[in-house]
Parts: sequence; C-alpha cells; structure tokens
Amino acid sequence: MNSSPPDPFKALPNSGFTLSRLKRTVRLGVKSIYSHGLRSLLTVMGMVFGVSSVIAMLAVGEGASFEAQEQLRQLGSNNIIIKSIKPAEIEQSSRSSYRPAAVEYGITYQDIKEIELTLEKEIKLIVPARIIRENVWYQSRKVNCDIVGTVVTYPQVRNFKVAVGRFFSQSEIYNRDNVCVLGYEMSKLLFPVQNPIGNTVKVSGDYYKVIGIMEESGYSNLGQSEAGSSNSVSNRMYIPLTAAKHRFGETLIRQTSGGQESETVQLHEATINLPNQDAVIEMGQIVESILERRHKKDDFEVEVPLALLRQAEASARVFNIVLGAIAGISLLVGGIGIMNIMLASVTERTREIGIRRALGAKRHDIILQFLVETILLSATGGLIGVALGMFVPLSITYFTDMMTIIRFWTPVLAFSISGVVGVIFGIYPAMRAAEMDPVEALRHE
Amino acid sequence: MANEIIAEIKDVYKTYQMGEVTVEALRGVDINFHQGDYISIMGPSGCGKSTLMNVLGCLDRPSKGQYILGKDDVSKLEDDALSQIRGARLGFIFQSYNLIQQLTVAENIELPLYYQGYPESTSREKAIELANRVGLGDRIHHKPFELSGGQQQRVAIARALSNDPLIILADEPTGNLDSKSGAEILNLFDELHQQGKTLIMVTHSDELAERSKRCVRLRDGKVESDELVTA
Ligand SMILES: Nc1ncnc2c1ncn2[C@@H]1O[C@H](COP(=O)(O)OP(=O)(O)OP(=O)(O)O)[C@@H](O)[C@H]1O
Ligand SMILES: [Mg+2]
Repeated sequence: MNSSPPDPFKALPNSGFTLSRLKRTVRLGVKSIYSHGLRSLLTVMGMVFGVSSVIAMLAVGEGASFEAQEQLRQLGSNNIIIKSIKPAEIEQSSRSSYRPAAVEYGITYQDIKEIELTLEKEIKLIVPARIIRENVWYQSRKVNCDIVGTVVTYPQVRNFKVAVGRFFSQSEIYNRDNVCVLGYEMSKLLFPVQNPIGNTVKVSGDYYKVIGIMEESGYSNLGQSEAGSSNSVSNRMYIPLTAAKHRFGETLIRQTSGGQESETVQLHEATINLPNQDAVIEMGQIVESILERRHKKDDFEVEVPLALLRQAEASARVFNIVLGAIAGISLLVGGIGIMNIMLASVTERTREIGIRRALGAKRHDIILQFLVETILLSATGGLIGVALGMFVPLSITYFTDMMTIIRFWTPVLAFSISGVVGVIFGIYPAMRAAEMDPVEALRHE
Repeated sequence: MANEIIAEIKDVYKTYQMGEVTVEALRGVDINFHQGDYISIMGPSGCGKSTLMNVLGCLDRPSKGQYILGKDDVSKLEDDALSQIRGARLGFIFQSYNLIQQLTVAENIELPLYYQGYPESTSREKAIELANRVGLGDRIHHKPFELSGGQQQRVAIARALSNDPLIILADEPTGNLDSKSGAEILNLFDELHQQGKTLIMVTHSDELAERSKRCVRLRDGKVESDELVTA
C-alpha cells in the first residue's frame, strides 16, 4: 500500500454497467437464494406447479388432438360410416322368457342400393361389411376376434394398408374363396414364429388361407369398435364378403349369459366414401334421413368421423381454456407468493440495503440486485416446473394409454413465462428497496 | 496546517420536521478539513455528531449551507451523484461494524470497488492485500459471524480503505468494543494517520480524543470549540 496521499481532486472513476458486473450480481443472487434453501424452495412452489401444469396440460391437449386426428385418418375424413345396432326393445324382449326364433335388425343390402341410387353423383364408393365374432384357430392357438367380411376397396377407403402380402381380389370375392387377411396383432398371436402367409387358419369348421397381414395401428380406436365388439382393428380378420355370407349365413348365433340367442343381420357396417370432405356432414344427414324413412326401428347409426373430430376439437378447446385459466391463475398465485416473500426479504434486509447504499450502490444497483434475485427465484421454480411438467405427461402415458405430446416450445414458453412473472412481481419489491433513505436504512435494527 | 483544504462545510443547518415539532440537529456549522487531518468530534448525546457525519458522508443533504468536497459543492447533488461520491471518495466505519452477513470477509472488503465497476480480479487482489494489512489475511473466506467484534471492525476498516478514500468517517468506531480490541483499532488509526489518510472520528472518550490531532466539540448543533490536541 503506498503512502502517498490520495489526490483530492481526482476524477471520479466510471461505474458503468457491464456484463461481468451482471454476472457477479447473478452469482451473488444465486448465493443469497441458496443460503436459505428451504425458504426459497417453499417460495417457488407455486411457480413450480404453475409451470408444470402449463406443460402437462399442453402435452395432454396435444396428445388428445393428435389422437383424434389419427382416428380421423383411420376412419377417413371423407367417409360416412353407418352401423347396425340392436334396438333397445329387442334387447328388452330377449331378456324376457319369450324369445323369438331370430331377431332381425340392421342395415340391409337394399338400404345400400337405395343410398347408392339416391346419391349416385355424390358418392364415390360404398364398402359394406359383415362383422362376426368368432374364435380363430391355428393349430392349438386360439384368438377371439372380429371377422370382417368385406370387399376389395376396404383398405383404400379406410386408409388401412396391407403390410405383408395382399388384400383379396375381385375374383376371390366372386368365387367366395376362403382367403383371409389378418390384423397385425392377431397375426402375432397366432403365428409367433411362423410366417403366416400361405398357412391356413380355422374358423368354426372352415379353413381360410392367409394371404396378407394388415399394418400395425398404433392408436386405440374409439369409434372404430362395432356393435358388441371391443376388439381393436389389430384383432380383426378380413375375408371376402361373399365368403362371410356363404359360410356363416345370415342368421348368427350368439352366446349370452342367459343361453343362446340368434339374430339376423345382413350388414353390420358400411362405409360411404365421398370424393372430398366438403359435403360430408350434410351428406351424413341425408343418409340418415334415407335410412330413417326405410327403418321403423331404431336399429342403425350414422357416424361422420369429421363431425366427431369437430366435436372432439370443440370440447378440446373448452378443456384447453379451462386448464389454461387454471394454469394462469396458478402462475399468478405463484408470482404473488414470490412477491410476498421478496417484500418480507426487503424489510428484513433494510440494514444491508443501507450499507450497500453507503458504500456507493446507486438506486439502480439495488433494483438490479433484488430484481435479479426475484427472477432467479422465479426461474428456478420455472426450471423445476419444467422438469415436473415433462415428467407428469410421460408418466400419464406410461400408466394409462392416454397419448401425450410435449412440443419443444412448451417448456421454453412455460420457462419464459416464469421469467416474465419474476420481472413483473419483482419490480415492486425492488423499487421499495431502492426507495429507502440510506440514513434511515442504516439506523434500522 | 500547511496541508490544503479538501473539504469544507459552510454554515450548515440540518432540520428535521417531526409533525408539528421542528428539530434543529445542526445550526450553522463551519468546519474546514485538511489533507491528513486526524479529527475527533465530541459532544454530549444528541448534539448532532451523527447528523454531521451523515452530511459529511453524503448520506444526507444539509437543509441549508454548503458542503464542498474536493472541488465540488455536493450539498445540492442528486441521489445517484451522491452514491457515486460515497463510493469513490469516502470510507465509512460504523459503531456496529455493518458488515453484510451473507458475504465473506473478502467480498465485504471489495464491495465499494464492486459498485465502482472494478473487475473482480482487481478488487479481489486489493481485498486480500487489505485483509493482510488489518491482520485478517487468513480469514478472507470467513463470514462475519465467525469473527469477534474487534475482527469485524478491522474488516470494516479494510473495507473503508478499499476505494482509497479522500476522507475516512468513523462514528464511534470503538463503541461496541472492549478496551483491548478498541486499542487495536486506534493503533490502526494511528498508522493510517501516519500514512497521510484523513480521518474523522466521533467519540465520547477523552482518552481517544487525545490520540487525535484536532478536536471539534459540538453543543446543541453548533461548534463549541475547534482546537489542536496538545499531547
Ligand atoms: N431522522 C431524524 N428525525 C428526527 N430527528 C432526528 C433524526 N435524526 C436525528 N435527529 C435529532 O437530531 C439530533 C441530533 O442527533 P444525532 O444523532 O446527530 O446525535 P448524536 O450527537 O449523534 O448523539 P449520540 O451521541 O447519542 O449518538 C437529536 O436531537 C435527534 O433526536
Ligand atoms: Mg450518534
């Protein structure tokens, strides 16, 4: 230390704002937060839940809408699907002791012709299907599945591709050949090691040659399940419609808890394919009115996948608004929680503020210090929230079948919001700290 | 007093308005401070010593009158400019040490330099040098609560020296210390005086005042006497 007296008139050094100074402020802020860890953790809890709920909510919403779109893709946005359903009154009477020989209901070939005639210009294709619940055998292995008797255009109209081999041909339909295409999942169950193509499977005494396997469909398929069926598309077997009619007849016998019951259903399902999706909803209404005219009983159902999607989207929007509001409120509460603690901290550290002011800290230095601390607190909460918010959807997907999608921008957005909340709720306490009179602050006990 | 004048207060008044009552803490004080002065300020409790120190320390503005520090009249300056002057030209030593509890010894010492915008490497070097000088070179990473009162006050002195101030202001620096620690502090003050620093110290003790070179006595906000101390 030199002993020469300081120049009383020396120019005052510059105390400009630099990046390295900000870095030091941040480092000191981290230290100050770290020095009372538990309190800091409790302070940011609100922020943690706010941020994690934003991320989790968006992930669930994205997953749901992706799933809905995927279903639409499978069902076809250009399609109207009509289905046979067992009318309630038959269901009732079949339970009573009186039992008719065979109940007759559902869509008929005549219905399809009528629709074809009426809407000749608008419709591209109609794909009828019979769906029969049966056990399918290969050697000693058995799978209970839906046997779908249909026509060659089924894969095209339902956006469902053959993965291995081929679908059946027009001539196989004409000849009522016993050929079949297996759903992916059941092919794995029946043929764990062997190549299914070329082998034969047995269904109630008849043998069918396997000519193809459908692609895997990874999504659960609400709306795809048929009357009385809970099987997914993967657990289906496709055979020519003519073969289905011929082998199984029109009257099906179903095992129920009360014994047997028989029913006569010509078609279980038909997919009406339009060239585009513009008129699909109105066309669905026309189809419905045609069927209503022809059916006395309430034994059919018209489903327009696009309308279902629109409904799903509308309810998803409401869901998002509600959850968004909840997330917003929890972020607000989180911010207020942090502000509250920061105000207490400012009062608690009045003396420290006085000391810093005496040692040359300007008002903006004090503002920066407390603002940085609040932002750090808030951002720490945001970071923990991001981790939690990404963990929650992953475990939802793990423990349930619900699909969740975390878009890369959602953690970024949620984290930025936590930073912004830090700024907004940090300004007031920081101003309070900076407004203090140095002398008063130094005298504070 | 051959040395030049580095600070001057001219007819300084300080009044506090307490509702209806007006308290006049300083009532026309004139004092000149010379380079290298070692001044003790004495007087009964409530006579305005701390108020005067606050004005001298640019923590407070006089209600009336002039305070010239260096070449500048600082009595009318804005808050930011006063902060700048405190950080660049003044050093403070308080009765209750006033160290920042969550910072280490070194961080406390370098705080004035931090606010002056010095890079950390420079300020840390200076802090270590000053810690050694006050005999606490081995304690730079300790927190204040791990130190005795005397040690804390020595940290405060090191801090007051870090910005190489024009004037060092000490308000009852030994008020909280036992006589042994107090003596250590005063020995440090003597050293600083010998090195040419300008020291202004408030004290209640005649014994301490006798170690200074000049004694200003206040009474009721006015200078009662201002004379050289004869050893
Ligand atoms: N902020 C304030 N508001 C009102 N009055 C004040 C304020 N600060 C000081 N005073 C008054 O000014 C007068 C001088 O106070 P000051 O603190 O300068 O005394 P002092 O000489 O330092 O006393 P002590 O030796 O007890 O420290 C006292 O009457 C005090 O009550
Ligand atoms: Mg006092």
